[in-house]
Amino acid sequence: MQKIMREQLIEKAASLLNNGTVTAVLGWGKGEFDYDVTPAVFKTEEELKAGFVWNDFCGANFSKYLVKKTDRLEGKLLVFLKPCDTYSFNQLLTEHRFDREKVYAIGVPCNGMADIAKIKAVSGEGISAVDTNGEKIAVTTIYDDAPVMIDPADVLAERCINCKSKKHVAYDELLGEEGDVIDSARFDEVARLEAMSADERFAFWQNELSRCIRCNACRDACPACTCEKCVFDNPASGVENKSPANSFEEQLFHVIRAYHVAGRCTDCGECSRVCPQNIPLHLLNRKFIKDINEFYGEYQAGETVGSRAPLVNYTTEDIEPGEVFDRRDK
Amino acid sequence: MRKCSLNAVNEVFAEIAKAAKLYLPVDQADGSAAFKEWENGVTWSSALNTVKSPKDLFFPQTEDLMAFKTEGKSIEVIDTRREVEDFVVFGVRACDVKSFEILDRVFIKEPVDSYYASKREKGVIVALACTKPSETCFCTAFGICAEEPCGDVSAWKTEDALYFRANTEKGEALMKRLEALTEECGEDAVNAQKEKTAQIMKKLPLAKLDTGAFGGGKTEQLFNAPEWDELSSACLGCGTCTFVCPTCQCYDIKDFNTGNGVIRYRCWDSCMYSEFTKMAHGNNRLTQKERFRQRFMHKLVYYPENNDGLFSCVGCGRCLAKCPISMNIVKVMKKLGGKDSE
Repeated sequence: MQKIMREQLIEKAASLLNNGTVTAVLGWGKGEFDYDVTPAVFKTEEELKAGFVWNDFCGANFSKYLVKKTDRLEGKLLVFLKPCDTYSFNQLLTEHRFDREKVYAIGVPCNGMADIAKIKAVSGEGISAVDTNGEKIAVTTIYDDAPVMIDPADVLAERCINCKSKKHVAYDELLGEEGDVIDSARFDEVARLEAMSADERFAFWQNELSRCIRCNACRDACPACTCEKCVFDNPASGVENKSPANSFEEQLFHVIRAYHVAGRCTDCGECSRVCPQNIPLHLLNRKFIKDINEFYGEYQAGETVGSRAPLVNYTTEDIEPGEVFDRRDK
Repeated sequence: MRKCSLNAVNEVFAEIAKAAKLYLPVDQADGSAAFKEWENGVTWSSALNTVKSPKDLFFPQTEDLMAFKTEGKSIEVIDTRREVEDFVVFGVRACDVKSFEILDRVFIKEPVDSYYASKREKGVIVALACTKPSETCFCTAFGICAEEPCGDVSAWKTEDALYFRANTEKGEALMKRLEALTEECGEDAVNAQKEKTAQIMKKLPLAKLDTGAFGGGKTEQLFNAPEWDELSSACLGCGTCTFVCPTCQCYDIKDFNTGNGVIRYRCWDSCMYSEFTKMAHGNNRLTQKERFRQRFMHKLVYYPENNDGLFSCVGCGRCLAKCPISMNIVKVMKKLGGKDSE
């Protein structure tokens, strides 16, 4: 259950549309079922009332959409941002990827989003309705007349279990109350991997990445991946590939991507959310974030606009590369 | 019809595996299922469907076609093809079984694709009837009978037994090998299950999805429909829908430089990708809207136009479950088909 109700968001969006502050609204659009929402642009109050959704399945991070959706837009685009989305929003502004003047950002408090796979593990297939407006999530299936009642905490998405912040770091207007940065346990799993022997860790990643089908959804959803032309989409690059030619190459793709977004990744978790094969890709990025924190002091990408990330900012206090090398054996 | 006790299912698998490689759905650590080779100790998954379809076993995501070895100024051409051995794919759902008919029309037509055809020749498909379909299932829209799948052998799983019916010569040969492990039986239990599943299929949320607005000859009506803008607006351009799809058949041929030669292989391609069918003059679909439209026009209009009205979708629901932004063929059909398709 979310603190702010759908009707409040529609009312707010409609008033901003009607008074001319914005010309369009980027929101979550109704799907076939209650959980399959699609990012959509709404232009009128009627469209909002008919198709705007705000429930526990509005996980999609809209920050990256702003790059393309504001490109040829007349006037301003209203965007709703959850706390984690605002970090990506700032990071993209830092990288000059969209025009801040074309956006009207509204911060929306978030109680965490549900993972439909976890819900199905409890309810089974054949869902005909999911209601997330109550204290418990009510799931009705075609196989049973009575709904299955599920505690939202039991079906939270991984990234929401390990939520790093309920605080919005960017907005023009905030609905509801502001939250706090959370001292989360998000690095615990990374620490568990670090504690493994090199062979164990290699086996872990080999097993996880062996499921990769190279659909590139992780890259395409990633707010840190906004290159106009990805090197992996360029046949002239010599590294373009559409399929797992062999497992070694496949693992390099994910490792290279993790390096490319290191220091810029805000840990929004979109990569793992969209992976059709449930590969815990966020762990690669979190490893970099953990290392950056340990080597250079606490740093959260996207916390502010224009911050110089440790990896692109030389100081005489910087760690010697040799120390990183030595750490390998520890 | 023959049957065996569910307790004896591993003996059946062992018997099949004596003479042929056996692939069947197996649960993976992440909770999903995938077709894996059976060996002693492997448990058959009860999942409704695998993430990737069994298409992979006949048309692998990556497949070597040939190789070249260079030495000085000479190039040796190496045939990398291996004799395909007999194999059995067990537990293929009705939707996925139908996908092979769609793929056959592409690959086993002059000029025959020998890589695919050889696997189709050697592979035996044991289809499994559905009993608990998902809300994402819409195979009935394409005339597929989930409760009575085709395949070389049809199988039904009840509480305590597994029932078999051979449909083809290959299927009969397989059942002959299983003679000692199975017994002749009546069809009452299977008929009861079929009736029950048929009733469930009618209750599915997408049961009434209508294909009437689509098919051959609809290009002019649909190609410039204004709805494509909105439908494709949030598409990320990833290849998820294509790569989990049992009927997507497009591939690219690429050369892998080994240092002293080349391995020429093919790999699945996706019409959602920006470099899809790039030619000397450049690319013919420059926007994601055009790429998105291509995928659905191919499945709902172009393919049926060239294949006696057969749609190139089997309603397995994988794209509904896996698209990162939950845009899919059902939403496209409802939007473009108007009220008639609701």
